[in-house]
Amino acid sequence: MAINYFYPEYEVVRDTNKCIKCKVCARQCANLVHTYDEEGNVMLADSSKCVNCHRCVTLCPTRALKIVKTDHTFKENANWSKESIYEIYRQAETGGVLLSAMGNPKPLPVYWDKILINASQVTNPSIDPLREPMETRVFLGSKSGPIERDENGKLVNNLKPQLELEVPILFSAMSYGSISYNAHASLARAATELGTLYNTGEGGLHKDFYKYGPNTIVQVASGRFGVFKDYLEAGAAVEIKMGQGAKPGIGGHLPGAKIVGDISRTRMIPEGTDAISPAPHHDIYSIEDLRQLVDSLKEATEYKKPVIVKVAAVHNVAAIASGIARSGADIIAIDGFRGGTGAAPTRIRDNVGIPIELALAAVDTRLRDEGIRENVSLIVGGSVRSSADVVKAIALGADACYIATSALLALGCHLCRTCNTGNCNWGIATQRPELVKRLNPDIGSQRLVNLVTAWQREIKEMMGGMGINSIEALRGNRLMLRGVGLNEKELEILGIKHAGE
Amino acid sequence: MLEKEGKIRIPAGCAISGIFSKSGKRINGESIIKSISIMHDRSNGLGGGFAGYGIYPQYKEYYAFHVFYDTDSAKNECEAFLDRHFDIVDMSKIPTRPHKNITDIPLIWRYFVTPRPTKLASSQLDEKEFVSRCVIKINTHIDGAYVFSSGKNMGVFKAVGFPEDVGEFYRLEDYQAYCWTCHGRYPTNTPGWWGGAHPFAMLDYSIVHNGEISSYDANRRTVEMYGYNCTLLTDTEVITYIFDYLVRKQGLTLTEAANTIAAPFWSTIAKLPEEERSRMTYLRNKYSGCLITGPFSILLGFEGGMMALNDRLKLRSMVIGEKDDMAYVASEESAIRLIEPDLDRVWAPKGGEPVIFTLNDGVEI
Repeated sequence: MAINYFYPEYEVVRDTNKCIKCKVCARQCANLVHTYDEEGNVMLADSSKCVNCHRCVTLCPTRALKIVKTDHTFKENANWSKESIYEIYRQAETGGVLLSAMGNPKPLPVYWDKILINASQVTNPSIDPLREPMETRVFLGSKSGPIERDENGKLVNNLKPQLELEVPILFSAMSYGSISYNAHASLARAATELGTLYNTGEGGLHKDFYKYGPNTIVQVASGRFGVFKDYLEAGAAVEIKMGQGAKPGIGGHLPGAKIVGDISRTRMIPEGTDAISPAPHHDIYSIEDLRQLVDSLKEATEYKKPVIVKVAAVHNVAAIASGIARSGADIIAIDGFRGGTGAAPTRIRDNVGIPIELALAAVDTRLRDEGIRENVSLIVGGSVRSSADVVKAIALGADACYIATSALLALGCHLCRTCNTGNCNWGIATQRPELVKRLNPDIGSQRLVNLVTAWQREIKEMMGGMGINSIEALRGNRLMLRGVGLNEKELEILGIKHAGE
Repeated sequence: MLEKEGKIRIPAGCAISGIFSKSGKRINGESIIKSISIMHDRSNGLGGGFAGYGIYPQYKEYYAFHVFYDTDSAKNECEAFLDRHFDIVDMSKIPTRPHKNITDIPLIWRYFVTPRPTKLASSQLDEKEFVSRCVIKINTHIDGAYVFSSGKNMGVFKAVGFPEDVGEFYRLEDYQAYCWTCHGRYPTNTPGWWGGAHPFAMLDYSIVHNGEISSYDANRRTVEMYGYNCTLLTDTEVITYIFDYLVRKQGLTLTEAANTIAAPFWSTIAKLPEEERSRMTYLRNKYSGCLITGPFSILLGFEGGMMALNDRLKLRSMVIGEKDDMAYVASEESAIRLIEPDLDRVWAPKGGEPVIFTLNDGVEI
């Protein structure tokens, strides 16, 4: 039916004067946008298949290609956007739930961009990180409990297991299956070189990556895929995934078509079966059940590894975090509503959950009000886009940040938001061998190391500017932040003053 | 309108000076006034103060509360509170002399008290915790009353003015102490409130401090989690609470507390012998919210001792002089030379290196 014809949102524009018909674009595009027409000796493009991933643009040797937003339009309507209209057409045709990938793209407030950072002038000196030590090392884990001394009066190290990071940035959970072998290899190697950790997500841990165990967080999610003794023992920490910022309240679904070969083996499910993670953990219907899973995992790992509980930032996240902090967890990870995903129902991704900045501030304040902030460490994620976001997160009260979308961008992702199709031209969110091999882990891991190193340098510059030479003195140091253009309620929740105050 | 201290955070630079007799020899307040006066330019007349230890031997078993009152009604309310919670064995105005540079004087009273045994027992707190909670309660809840000194056999004397004028105003020549610390303040704003001057004291801890710490809000939010209420928003207040928390409540030694507050850098810790490395790592990790960054030099007075400590980068000057049983600490060497020209030893401690002087073994005050 003609109503199903959608004019492409993005158009492929080819400068025929520059095009040398080398066909690189045709070979590179897994979505089959480009074809060579022998009869007319021209390159053709079907823009309707284009996802705007820029693979062809970046590899075109003569810069003959660009992708532009179409000027094709409906009659203008401030209420009914083109997107809303097309989505209705789509659902009327199929009766299905709309699917999307990556983070919420809607123009909702980004609080990071409304927070400004302080610097020293006159009354105390700024510190030059090129000349003085500037420390970004952080320990994650519970610090609670009284001190103990041995018979000679010396302090005994009675702290529960800790994670030691050289920089307060970790790679957030992305499963093997949702991303490729080479993407995982890049993350694991980069985490090891950087002295930080990456996270397996709910896909199990490929045998080849056990050697990166000291820099690996192994995840236990509602489907329990790939979880067994060796897996738990391989990691430096175990993360219980209760929720994800991109899709709070729902589970996951990796289609059977992607459960092949190593992915099937690593997830420990038969080839071709759908990997369905239930919405809740079916052994956790309340906070006391969570405590039992935390204890079980600690028992299984002989109390040698910290346990992280990851939740999506939802309305009553502060009370939830308070419950988790009393459930034996060592670390709480909070994922904001802008966090990415390999696939999520569009409506959920775009409408459920709250911004990580507000969730973080509320949780940190609540835990301090209750005097239990030191029982746990806080990791936050859900769109940390730059070193400035990291600095602001730590000053609001986080111990460290999870990054995932930023890490994928470093690997070449162009945020075309079609991970769910499995045709990632950059070799990241795909299992097609000919696409996976496009991501070289030597280069990928180096780019990740470069990114985090660059951020670390910038963090040091900003800390030095504030006269702070160790990251722990920045943690929760909200006087170093000021809001711009925020209302009193927002400032109250963030616990910061307005610029000029 | 300018906001009162406590409503707003006011950065300040300063001068500090301290004198300590290891043999417990008690000296009057004239030399400490002389010492601080030469650093006149490091203050700007907006705050000065002293702490003396060993000054009340006749009442050494009692907590000496020094209190500012804005009004008679605040005094009545506070005294009613004191009467409910303490046995008051003596009370009087603190003697002062009129001074042309010291104006806008509040009511200044002194009480020697001991907790009422029944109140203490029913609170289920140890005595010091009981006293400190009472002090915090008065300072937070009774408008116009401010307890600025609450230790045993020690006292704080402070005012808005240059420190040498403050010393004369309080007639410090009439007090004999084995330890004096002193502070001249250079705030960047004019709160004009006596409570905002230094030293800041809690029980027998008193702190004079020169600097502006960049970790302030991280430290404040840490100690507030443990029941302290930072009402002044000054560095000195939060540093005092951190020491009180680490030493009195957590049971660390002073050196361990200093190693936490002005912790060595990781690169330094990495070079230490295993046992020391493990101890330093433990302290930095466990008490990460108590690390102080940014410039400071502090003198911590406590019962029987005095500790000098610089920030980890030594961003503020601080010199130590020793002569026989006497120890001197000051922002500038001149302040020491003025009162003891013939020193056995003069040296500047490294950043983060605590220097602790205590009474010699067997000395009773």
